[in-house]
Amino acid sequence: MKPAPLAYARASDLGHALALWREAGPDARLIAGGQSLVAGLNLRLADVPALIDISRIESLCGLGCEGGTLRIGALTTHAEIGRSEPVARHAPLLTEAAPLIAHPAIRTRGTLGGSLAYADPAAEWPACMLALDAVIVVQSETGERRIPAADFFLGLFETALQPFEILVAVEIPVIAAGRRQAIRELARRSGDYAMAGLAAAGTPSDGGLRDVTLAYFGLGSTAILAAGAMRILDQGGDLEDACAALDDDLDPADDLQASATMKRHLAKVLLRRVVAALSPVMSTA
Amino acid sequence: MTTAFSESVGIALRVNGEPVSARVEARRHLIDFLRLDLGLTGAHAGCEHGVCGACTVQVDGLIVRGCLMLAVQADGCDVWTIEGQSDTGAIRDLQDAFIARNALQCGFCTPGMLAACADLLAHDPAPSRAVIREHISGNYCRCTGYEAIVDAVEQVAARRGASPRAAE
Ligand SMILES: Cc1cc2nc3c(=O)[nH]c(=O)nc-3n(C[C@H](O)[C@H](O)[C@H](O)COP(=O)(O)OP(=O)(O)OC[C@H]3O[C@@H](n4cnc5c(N)ncnc54)[C@H](O)[C@@H]3O)c2cc1C
Ligand code: FES
Ligand code: FES
Repeated sequence: MKPAPLAYARASDLGHALALWREAGPDARLIAGGQSLVAGLNLRLADVPALIDISRIESLCGLGCEGGTLRIGALTTHAEIGRSEPVARHAPLLTEAAPLIAHPAIRTRGTLGGSLAYADPAAEWPACMLALDAVIVVQSETGERRIPAADFFLGLFETALQPFEILVAVEIPVIAAGRRQAIRELARRSGDYAMAGLAAAGTPSDGGLRDVTLAYFGLGSTAILAAGAMRILDQGGDLEDACAALDDDLDPADDLQASATMKRHLAKVLLRRVVAALSPVMSTA
Repeated sequence: MTTAFSESVGIALRVNGEPVSARVEARRHLIDFLRLDLGLTGAHAGCEHGVCGACTVQVDGLIVRGCLMLAVQADGCDVWTIEGQSDTGAIRDLQDAFIARNALQCGFCTPGMLAACADLLAHDPAPSRAVIREHISGNYCRCTGYEAIVDAVEQVAARRGASPRAAE
């Protein structure tokens, strides 16, 4: 299968990309790593008249840490995040998550920005952003917007990005002393999108966990914070009560990989495993 | 749209060490460019949506899916295919081990598989069987059942590890 004919232009910088996009109109698409987009073009899933190649815009590359915030450029690839020393030190969740995404030859080109903009409900990065309270930084002709991850993912492949807005970076508070992060997922085969997954953070205290974030993926139309289970764990509640709360927090639908009933079951399995990783004491209870 | 956008684009790159200039349709993916325009039919086009790994080639030192990268995006890049990797002899030992271990039958997956395995060995000289399996998890083989492929990679890793000492 081959893409339909389309026009192409390579942007030299952010201003150029925005100008090209305005010129081509809202149906034109940005291409970053192309690992979701080109697959869709090959399958002719979308009618794309023109591509604006942002993959060589210097200002969207690289990552750095300043004043307690880790900033990761939109073009940073899954592979780069996976082997980054600053990421391992300041946001170890991302180091653990990177190898779960697709396969080595896809991780070399797929980007953080592309994954967040695409917003696949089974993708790892959106859930990680929720779990870590990240801020998504986007740029348009009129200026910059900073969107908390909790307000960014709106629905199935739907985000707060407006036409003519480019995701430029994410900003993540560096991990606090004593805090822990963990991700677990269940996939049918290594590299497949997960049937169910959980990205989480928490601070062990008094045999329990404080300030817990539980961000599920593959269990709804977007990554979801399990508010009820989070509340129970924060209040020092029982792990099994938190598992029971997931029945209300999550409302998965059947999909090709698993039935809704199975997904609900897997969500609990994942919670137990993640809590064991965050708080070894608690899981032995 | 003005001249900034075009349905056909001039590119200049290196393929297997040789400079190549061409005009390509913007919609042309890299694997079709290599196979149909340059006649380098080693790497294959299988699923064309990133799932099978038959199209795996090396771009700027990294393995990529040839079906998920547009040829225009390879402008200025250094591309290596199985033809070039065979000519330089860089992976001769891996190819010999594939033959000795029966790690290929029909051969459809083999160029992509070799690219993935060579990439692994370049970064991890002594991978466990689990690591080998993980690294080739995106390369489908319909014939071998993978066991022989893992054997071949393990054998090459052991021999490469042993040879510097043997040469002393
Ligand atoms: C076989 C296969 C398996 C996969 N498995 C997984 C998996 O297990 N987990 C997972 O998370 N992903 C998986 N992926 C998807 C992969 O992670 C992609 O890399 C990612 O979803 C998209 O990133 P990209 O840079 O390739 O974006 P592209 O494909 O270039 O773009 C995707 C979309 O985002 C838009 N976009 C890109 N960058 C920006 C930006 N900076 N600002 C605004 N919009 C932008 C594009 O216009 C497009 O609509 C898989 C892909 C394949 C082919
Ligand atoms: S042809 Fe590229 S992955 Fe199948
Ligand atoms: S040898 Fe036939 S597909 Fe691998």
